[in-house]
Amino acid sequence: MNTKIESHWDGSAPATGHMLQPGLDISHKVVLYLDDISVSFDGFKALNNLSLTIDAGELRCIIGPNGAGKTTMMDVITGKTRPDSGTCFFGQTIDLTRMTEPEIAHAGIGRKFQKPTIFENHTVFENLELAMKMDKRAFTSLFAWLGKEGRDKISDTLRLIRLDHEADRLAGLLSHGQKQWLEIGMLLMQEPRLLLLDEPVAGMTDDETERTGELFKSLAGKHSLVVVEHDMAFIEQLGGKVTVLHEGSVLAEGNLADVQADPRVIEVYLGR
Amino acid sequence: MKSILFSLLLWFCALPAMAALDPAVVKQLAADESDDKIAAIQQLAASADKDAARVLKALSEDALFVSGDTVYLLDGEKPVDAASGALIQPAPESYDAITINNRIRSELSNAIAALRLFNPDRAVRLAAARELQSNAGIELVPVLARALAKEGDPEIKALLKLAHAQSSLGSPDAGLRLTAVEALADSASANAKNLLLPLLDATNEPDERVRKAAKTSLKAIESSLALGETVGQIFSGLSLGSILLLAALGLAITYGVMGVINMAHGELLMVGAYATYFTQGIFRTYFPAYLDWYVVAAVPAAFLAAALVGMALERTVIRKLYGRPLETLLATWGLSLILIQAARVLFGAQNVELANPSWMSGGVEVLAGMVLPWNRIVIIGFTLFVLALVWVLMNRTRLGMFVRAVTQNRPMAGCVGVPTGRIDTLAFGLGAGIAGLGGVALSQIANVGPDMGQGYIVDSFMVVVLGGVGQLAGAVWAALGLGIVTKFLEGWAGAVIAKIAVLVFIIIFIQKRPQGLFALKGRFVES
Amino acid sequence: MRTPFVIRFLSAMPRSGWIAMALFALITLVVMPALHLFMPTDSPFYVSNYVITLGGKLMCYAIVAVAMDLIWGYAGILSLGHGVFFSLGGYAFGMYLMRQIGTDGSYHSHLPDFMVFLDWKELPWYWAGTDSILWSIVLVLVVPALVAYIFGYFAFRSRIKGVYFSIITQALTFAAMLFFFRNETGFGGNNGFTDFKRILGYDITSPETRVILFGLSALVLMLTLLLGRYLVTSKFGRVLAAIRDAESRVMFIGYNPLHFKLFVWTLSAVLCAVAGALYVPQVGIINPSEMSPANGIEIAIWVAVGGRGTLIGPIIGAAIVNLSKSYFTVAFPEYWLFFLGALFVMVTLWLPEGVVGLWKRWTKKGQA
Repeated sequence: MNTKIESHWDGSAPATGHMLQPGLDISHKVVLYLDDISVSFDGFKALNNLSLTIDAGELRCIIGPNGAGKTTMMDVITGKTRPDSGTCFFGQTIDLTRMTEPEIAHAGIGRKFQKPTIFENHTVFENLELAMKMDKRAFTSLFAWLGKEGRDKISDTLRLIRLDHEADRLAGLLSHGQKQWLEIGMLLMQEPRLLLLDEPVAGMTDDETERTGELFKSLAGKHSLVVVEHDMAFIEQLGGKVTVLHEGSVLAEGNLADVQADPRVIEVYLGR
Repeated sequence: MKSILFSLLLWFCALPAMAALDPAVVKQLAADESDDKIAAIQQLAASADKDAARVLKALSEDALFVSGDTVYLLDGEKPVDAASGALIQPAPESYDAITINNRIRSELSNAIAALRLFNPDRAVRLAAARELQSNAGIELVPVLARALAKEGDPEIKALLKLAHAQSSLGSPDAGLRLTAVEALADSASANAKNLLLPLLDATNEPDERVRKAAKTSLKAIESSLALGETVGQIFSGLSLGSILLLAALGLAITYGVMGVINMAHGELLMVGAYATYFTQGIFRTYFPAYLDWYVVAAVPAAFLAAALVGMALERTVIRKLYGRPLETLLATWGLSLILIQAARVLFGAQNVELANPSWMSGGVEVLAGMVLPWNRIVIIGFTLFVLALVWVLMNRTRLGMFVRAVTQNRPMAGCVGVPTGRIDTLAFGLGAGIAGLGGVALSQIANVGPDMGQGYIVDSFMVVVLGGVGQLAGAVWAALGLGIVTKFLEGWAGAVIAKIAVLVFIIIFIQKRPQGLFALKGRFVES
Repeated sequence: MRTPFVIRFLSAMPRSGWIAMALFALITLVVMPALHLFMPTDSPFYVSNYVITLGGKLMCYAIVAVAMDLIWGYAGILSLGHGVFFSLGGYAFGMYLMRQIGTDGSYHSHLPDFMVFLDWKELPWYWAGTDSILWSIVLVLVVPALVAYIFGYFAFRSRIKGVYFSIITQALTFAAMLFFFRNETGFGGNNGFTDFKRILGYDITSPETRVILFGLSALVLMLTLLLGRYLVTSKFGRVLAAIRDAESRVMFIGYNPLHFKLFVWTLSAVLCAVAGALYVPQVGIINPSEMSPANGIEIAIWVAVGGRGTLIGPIIGAAIVNLSKSYFTVAFPEYWLFFLGALFVMVTLWLPEGVVGLWKRWTKKGQA
């Protein structure tokens, strides 16, 4: 089943008119550079000279106590917050600090919010349809017509996120875990190169969590994933590199066991 | 004018025994030639004698008589010698009234006005000085000079100075004209400017020194006029700003702090204004002696009335719409319509009359020719008072603390035992009450009618939005800034254009800083 | 793409909708005009002048209500400034009607009376070409569109939304009203435009002209409804509703909400302007009070009463509120504001989905 879906993602991006979509240059095997980024709100430094790189195809987990700057970092990457200083590049050439949120989404970065954000008054099917990679200009949407190819794509994803029996239900009526999956499904419909996932398994049952982990692992390689999580078992399951954020900068980086053994990390999590 | 004449009469009646006037001059009033009469009138006026006024007044009323060599007038029924004031006995049998023509009449009125300049009543002197503004002749120079020397009131003094200079300008003596022109330098009025302008031309003013002095004086006048205008605009800007602030302060609490968008806010102002009207009525009926102080009593009355109405609205309607701002907007608009119509039914559709108490009328002169009206000054002071009150209530009382707690984190506040529901009602009542106070102030300077609130709603929201939602300090700066900017624009482009320009400015400003002057930044803003 | 478009268009409305619309067209375009023109005035079937005028007015209001619903009900943007666009359309067409008076005004000048009164010697530049009905129609469409586009561009670009946006549109309304109240802006000041005589040379009060204006209003209303229907069932409409419900999600999946909002906002403004242009010749007057903030907010209550987020709701709401207004202002003038105010309160408190929502609830209950 998975292989069939991935076959769609292999295809090169269809032309999407004038929306900015420069090719992603990952010639140096790095998909995201954050360099010396600082953000402050009324004197409070949410990010403090944060530097971080994500390799192409990597599955990276980010942990850190509340207020460490995880969400703010995602805000900077997706264009919601402009950094006070520092640079943020997608691949070698795309400067994210100069782009708007929709432009960044088109460039190939998808984001899942901490609180599942879906369109509650639309059906599950429509949610996926809206997210699907295509020309998203206002004028073209006036005459957009969902073809067979698009329908197939949506039903594939529906099956993948196990919502194929809920396709015509209003998304607002789904359970919390289903909403999380729907949002992940919407992310996949966007066919992004980099996925930012803020606490994707919060509120999921153990079974759902495990399946989510499997899905993420299958995505890694072709896509790069950045997962912010508190659930250590889930992080262990994912098994990627772990970065610990603290007070707006990187405190430690490495595999989970090393990081958990780091005395500074223990201090931060338990010391206070 | 009537009251002035009346007080003049009173003053005449209260005169003790008359001092003597020069009999020869008095007698000359009865001369055949108009020129002689005028000369006598001018001489009497120049004497600045109180009795002269009485004689001249009698003359102007055709009540001065001549019998043989005696010029006399009637004190009640009894004939009195005009010069000495002595009773004439027996009453003369044959007499003539001294007749006057129009030329004499105009001389007379000037002379009488000049004499009134020495009246102890300020209002009389002021009226007299005004009367002498345009047509004082050269003959009044000495009496004007004397009045000027004696005058203590700055407003009258400025008028006298102008009249004096003007009368001196008619003099053939270049030296006198020069002094007059130089003296005008520090009277900052448009009239002085108009007086000097023709003197720049050699056809009007032969003497070169005078022309030069006129130029210098003009420059001085123009610069002090400009200063006065600026000061005046700043003051009226402050005044407008304080009114805007009074109108907006209540909203800064209900909208800014509580987040309730209350379109009936203007009607709460109206409730306050009508409460003031009602208080006035009660004072008229029951305490007429203290009528001047009804405004003071209206302050708590208006606060209570508006607060009660506000709390009723909160309890019945607004409470059910928390968290749904657009619905709140529509529902409160409906409430405002109901309040307007209720006011129409209760008090009539017409504007009601509110009297300014006497202690709020008049003004204080800060610069030559620049009078700041008391009612505006009182309102600025009142605004400061209300501002202090709000600050203390919000920052120094338990209620304020609870309000801030509830608005920041409602469930948590509830958990620690704050009665959130009651706090909402009280806070809304407070905001409404403050609006009522605004209504008291508005009642003193604007029309009070059922529709009065509608005009303030947009302005109030602009102040709160411009200042930054939830920021009392922002509202203060926004109100004062808007007031002053509006007044300067008005001076430059007229009231309506100024209003439009300010609205456009705010719309553009919000583009740049959607969070207002005092922006809250951070992740929490958008949620 | 041709076939899908036609299918899309036809499938925008269920069959019952098409039937209802055909019925409406029959009544407004054939039956009522015929009864008005050909029945003797004493016949019980005669449709009077009053009914034709009232009906025309109501249909203009209904167009405004649908336009309002497109942005409020579907995009979640509550505008209190739609009175301005309505009036702009009215004024633009009013200029043409003023020019049609020719020299039949009180002063027998080729200038409109109010200009003679102000002692103006010639038409201001922006009146140029207004003697042509085509140019006036261009003005009706373009001026409100431009105003809306520019205002909307700045407002939406800086992400002003919710109540903030509503308040700013009210300020816009207020500014526009003051502007038109001025004598020297050349729109007749206080009195606005009135005393129209002709339209395209025909007597503006003749039954034939009235019937044509009535029919035009009905036609435009139906087109508006179709357009709205097409819009909200298209992907555009789904994106719009998505923006209403979760704007940031829309941005992060790659749509720029600015363009969507701007399009529907401008479209809504233009529809309002067309309604205004149809309204003025039927009512015979346009003045600045038409732009008062109170009028702008009243439009919202038409939509709320009928049921926002449906297209038929606003039409019903506009009819209910305005018919009650006609009734109250004659029968109990002093209670009208009480009624209107109570309507605002009750609908927001107890009838959030309006009459249509109520109907749906009833029919559902009947089925269950």
